[in-house]
Amino acid sequence: MPLPSLDSPQWNSSPRAFAFGVRSVGSTILALVLFATYLGIGALAHDSGFSLAWTLLSTLLVWAGPAQIIVITTLASGATIVQAAIAVTVSAIRLFPMVASVLPMMRTADTKRYRLILVAHFTAVTLWVECHRFLPQVPRERRIAFVHGLGSGLVCVSLTANTIGYLLAENLSQTLASAILLLTPLSFLFSTARNSKEFADVLALVLGLALYPLASLLNSGLDILLSGVGAGTIAYGVHRLRARP
Amino acid sequence: MSAFIGDWHALVVLLVAGVVPNQIWRMLGLWLGGGLDEGSELLIWVRAVATAILAGVIAQIVVQPPGALASVPGFLRYGAVAAGFVAFALTRRSIFAGVACGEIFMLAGQWWFG
Repeated sequence: MPLPSLDSPQWNSSPRAFAFGVRSVGSTILALVLFATYLGIGALAHDSGFSLAWTLLSTLLVWAGPAQIIVITTLASGATIVQAAIAVTVSAIRLFPMVASVLPMMRTADTKRYRLILVAHFTAVTLWVECHRFLPQVPRERRIAFVHGLGSGLVCVSLTANTIGYLLAENLSQTLASAILLLTPLSFLFSTARNSKEFADVLALVLGLALYPLASLLNSGLDILLSGVGAGTIAYGVHRLRARP
Repeated sequence: MSAFIGDWHALVVLLVAGVVPNQIWRMLGLWLGGGLDEGSELLIWVRAVATAILAGVIAQIVVQPPGALASVPGFLRYGAVAAGFVAFALTRRSIFAGVACGEIFMLAGQWWFG
C-alpha cells in the first residue's frame, strides 16, 4: 500500500504516522531477509545452549544481527567474555556512521536530542536502508514517529522469527533444523556482499572468509579477531596501494 | 556451557559482550555524529575490519558448524554456499535467490545421500 502524499491531512497526527511506519514493514523485501536471519539466530541460540528468553532479550536490547551471532558463536566455542566483547565492539563500529547519517534526515531546528535516542537504538542496516527509501515520502515533522513505527514493526518481525526458529530447532528433524541453521551464514554472506560497494569491502569479505580457517588452526581462542583484523588490514593496504597514482 | 544458561551470568554476558559494545557506538553517533566524513581513511579501515570479522563468523558457522548443522557433510555445506553464490551472482545480487538456492542445494543433497 502506498503512503499518502506529503501534503495529505492523514499526516497530521503522530499516532497515524507511527501506524504508517508499522505498515511499511509489509512493503519491504528486507523484512523477509530479516525474518530469515532471525529465524536462523533463534535456531543458532537453541543449538548453542541459550534460553529462549535470553535470545529474545538479546534481539530487543542489542538489535544487531551480526553482533548477536558473534556473541552466540564465540561464547559457544569457548572464548571468554572479553574476547567476545572486543569482537562485537569492532563489528558495531559501523553503527556509528549509520546513526550519524540517518539522524539528520529527521532532525528539525528544534528537535531535542533525547527524542532521537530510540531512533538511534533502532538504527541497524535494515532501518538505515529503508529510511533512505521511505523518508523522502514522509513530512519532516512526522519522520520520528514514522521511524518509531517502522523500527517497532521490524523488531516484532524479528522477535516472532526468533521464537519460531528456536522452537523449530527444538522440534524439527535434524535435516530441517540444519536447513534453518544454514540460513544465518547464507543471508549474512549475501547481504554483506550486496552492501560491499567499495573494493576494500569486497576484498575484506573474501579474505575474511579465506583467513578464518587458517587462523582457527592456531587454536588461540582469538580466531575471529585475528582473521578479522588481519584480513581487514590487508584489504585496506591493497586499497591504499591502488589509490596511489 | 549450559551451566550458566538462563541465570544471572548469561545476562551479564549479554550486557557486557552484546548490549554495551553496540549502544556505545549508537550513542556516540547520536552525540558526535555531525562532523563525520564518510570517506575518511580511518573509517574505510574500520569498515574493512568489521566486514572481515563478519566474514570470519560466517566461515566459522560453515567450517565448525553448531548443533544440527554438524550432521551435514562438509562438501554439502561448502557446496550450498557455492551454489547460493552462483545464484546470487546470476540474479544481479538477489539475496533471496542466493539463500533459496543454497538451501535447496543442501536439502537436495541431504535427500540424495541421506
